[in-house]
Amino acid sequence: MSESIIPGGRVASAGEAIPGGRVASAGEAIPGGRVAPEARIETARVQGLDTGAGASYSTTENLDTGAGASYSTTEGLDTGAGASYSTTEGLDTGADASYSTTATLDALDVLEAEAIHVIREVVAEFERPVLLFSGGKDSVVVLHLAAKAFWPAKVPFPVLHVDTGHNFPEVLRFRDETVARLGIRLEVASVQDYLDDGRLQERADGTRNPLQTQPLLDAIAAGRHDAVFGGARRDEDKARAKERIISLRDEFGQWDPRNQRPELWSLYNGRHTVGQHVRAFPISNWTELDVWRYIEREGIALPPLYFAHERDVYARDGMWLAVSDVSAPRAGETVERRTVRYRTVGDLSCTGAVVSEAATLSDIVREVAASTLTERGATRADDRLSEAAMEDRKKDGYF
Amino acid sequence: MSEHIGDRVASASVGLDTGADASYSTTEGLDTGASRPTRPTATGTLFRFATAGSVDDGKSTLVGRLLHDSKAILADQLESVARTSAERGFGGEPGAIDFALLTDGLRAEREQGITIDVAYRYFTTGRRSFILADCPGHVQYTRNMVTGSATADAVVVLVDVRNGVLEQTRRHLAVVQLLRVPHVIVAVNKIDLVGYDRAAFDAVAADVAALANDLGLPDAHVIPVSALAGDNVVERSANTPWYDGPSLLELLEELSTIDELETDLEALRLPVQLVIRPQGGLSPDVTDAAADELRDHRAFAGRIESGTVKVGDPVEVFPAGVRTTVTGIRRGPEALAEASAPLSVALELADPVDAARGAVIAAAGSLPAPRRELDADVFQLDARPLATGARVLVKHGTTTVQAIVTDIRGRLDLDTLETTPTASLATNDIGLVRLKLAADLAAEPYAAHRRAGAFLVIHPQDGATLAAGIVVEAPA
Ligand SMILES: Nc1nc2c(ncn2[C@@H]2O[C@H](COP(=O)(O)OP(=O)(O)O)[C@@H](O)[C@H]2O)c(=O)[nH]1
Ligand SMILES: [Mg+2]
Repeated sequence: MSESIIPGGRVASAGEAIPGGRVASAGEAIPGGRVAPEARIETARVQGLDTGAGASYSTTENLDTGAGASYSTTEGLDTGAGASYSTTEGLDTGADASYSTTATLDALDVLEAEAIHVIREVVAEFERPVLLFSGGKDSVVVLHLAAKAFWPAKVPFPVLHVDTGHNFPEVLRFRDETVARLGIRLEVASVQDYLDDGRLQERADGTRNPLQTQPLLDAIAAGRHDAVFGGARRDEDKARAKERIISLRDEFGQWDPRNQRPELWSLYNGRHTVGQHVRAFPISNWTELDVWRYIEREGIALPPLYFAHERDVYARDGMWLAVSDVSAPRAGETVERRTVRYRTVGDLSCTGAVVSEAATLSDIVREVAASTLTERGATRADDRLSEAAMEDRKKDGYF
Repeated sequence: MSEHIGDRVASASVGLDTGADASYSTTEGLDTGASRPTRPTATGTLFRFATAGSVDDGKSTLVGRLLHDSKAILADQLESVARTSAERGFGGEPGAIDFALLTDGLRAEREQGITIDVAYRYFTTGRRSFILADCPGHVQYTRNMVTGSATADAVVVLVDVRNGVLEQTRRHLAVVQLLRVPHVIVAVNKIDLVGYDRAAFDAVAADVAALANDLGLPDAHVIPVSALAGDNVVERSANTPWYDGPSLLELLEELSTIDELETDLEALRLPVQLVIRPQGGLSPDVTDAAADELRDHRAFAGRIESGTVKVGDPVEVFPAGVRTTVTGIRRGPEALAEASAPLSVALELADPVDAARGAVIAAAGSLPAPRRELDADVFQLDARPLATGARVLVKHGTTTVQAIVTDIRGRLDLDTLETTPTASLATNDIGLVRLKLAADLAAEPYAAHRRAGAFLVIHPQDGATLAAGIVVEAPA
């Protein structure tokens, strides 16, 4: 993405020396009015970038993140595409907001600052970022942070939903409302399409979470996304605890945990070669409780299934599973009507609900603080398969 | 001593004895509303620390113990660890738990019983939320130490009381000193194995004090602990009546963070990440009335890396050198009267200055002199040696420039703390290097300005992070 102005309007390739000695960042304008050939390794820029005059992203259509984004050459970031305050009710968005002060910064202030810094770095240094958006609380929080990072401009990247076909209908509705409200583009990678045409086979256990990897990688390639934001947190799993904030993936989307770049200070090295991309995890350092406290503090809207509601459920493997089109009790399992809520959103057929009366955000914060189980342990059958289930899936390109 | 351990675990973990067959009993696992008193709902301040030490000194065990005793380990995690401990016959005692399994997250680590990579863990006490970097001590110790300590408010260095201060300890503390980590805590571990003997602890503590003095480390805290049994980790132990200092966790709750210590001392620096210009792409939540005013909105987005900025403050912009005034500070749509490090904000300025990505907004009168040459202590992280003449990229703040290594002035011998001549730097070496830059950088000595003194050295072709550097004043 273009970053700084140099009079004259040529876009430099990243890493190219500019008269005067500075190295240009990707898309930077260079005096002289031509676009330099793409030379920078880390931007894996689209082949065939117009090298003629006229700079201004002759590739604008490539860069367009939908919703009218475009990166102005003159000014660095044009924060075009659809941001906005996702969800926050009652945020004062006027230009004359009265001042508030930040006397003592608590942990959430610092975590928010770190996440916004990461999001802005990625937008500044990559051509075509995308956010993995499931409608789950973590990706909702990342989207909210992105809206804050670019306000009053829209969020300058689209979102990508890897659709297992085993969706909670209320989550799909929430997804569609959210992108419509923000004016951002939604890309969908459909596991069902892969099953229908035989590129993937249904697993014996029926769970589709592990099947998401291939459609995800194909969608990243098709969208030519060089950076993929995710809402993963290090506290979710032992393997994720080793993950970097900016994490390199090879042509196969694979994660090589034993060969990661050291990550120091707030200096993120996202250089990559053609075919590689990075995953960016702005809320790496947040815990489940931090996420809930932040949602409460910011008043962020969520799909209703996070709050206590009545549902027909049956017990299996120590979890309450919902009765639905894709999940039904087996012989011996009895259906009960229970007041439950979900702690994570995933494949409907294997994501468990917890019995809960927590109907408000403050109830949930209290409940999560008192919980004796991790969210994955409590609600994800697929993560219980083995000690290294997550590590193996991550190595294969899962998020 | 193992019985002791077994007891603690059993008492701390509700419903743990589900045997090898894992899965939570339905009743226990299905209810999240359990009444077990646990984690606080307040966040407190954020404190980052790293653990370091030689292999087998007990780092992972200590980390596991801290997490467990602060209730950051939940029943399902503990259960899976208990199961693996039992399968491996840990401690030979039923119910004994190998806490290292909580942090050694990769399969290769669990199988080899070693920690390969820095692992991040989280816990909170209500007064503070902690981010803990567990840094392995054997392979690539400098790499891991530097990574874990670079942003740490404190480093906890473990010493096995039976071995005392080792060369490795000296090296770790030297790195801590170079990186100016504000606080050092030496945890003299396995005190249980010497019968909680005061003399054994005192001897190690004296060596630590002498070493800290040698290295010029400010006050190092020394605490006798047993990571395995929990003595002085969270609570002060009755087994060490001769020690009257705080427990490790008490100390971690009290020490000041880098930002608490330095924000008021350092001048404002805000490296511009990007310029927000919403023309044509206003966020849909912006009202029509506000939209008119925002038509020509132009704000400089970045993270305050030091100091404080107030509306009305005069500032200067690097490299242009223009002086202007801050007319607005925003965090998202929220207008702030002032903001301090480390907040991410967007600044509006009175004049249309040239400040794109790579620019730095600084308090007026504090603008750093542009540098075309850096003298730096460089931590070599990559396996390929760094030699004179190497063409590299330097990433500093929000700028990346081409650079040439013009001189490797020496390698720091961590044992003697002397610099010896060398032609190149190998992995884990720390060297004094001179770099010639293709463009001006707003770099400042790390000693004066932590975040403005740090940079990465990057391979221009494959993009690998070759080294981490901190700017030093040019040697005489
Ligand atoms: N008796 C005793 N053993 C300990 C203590 N701390 C660690 N250990 C043991 O020392 C060994 C190495 O511990 P580990 O945490 O893996 O060390 P690391 O290599 O520094 O991470 C393990 O067998 C631990 O159980 C302690 O305080 N007392
Ligand atoms: Mg270890």
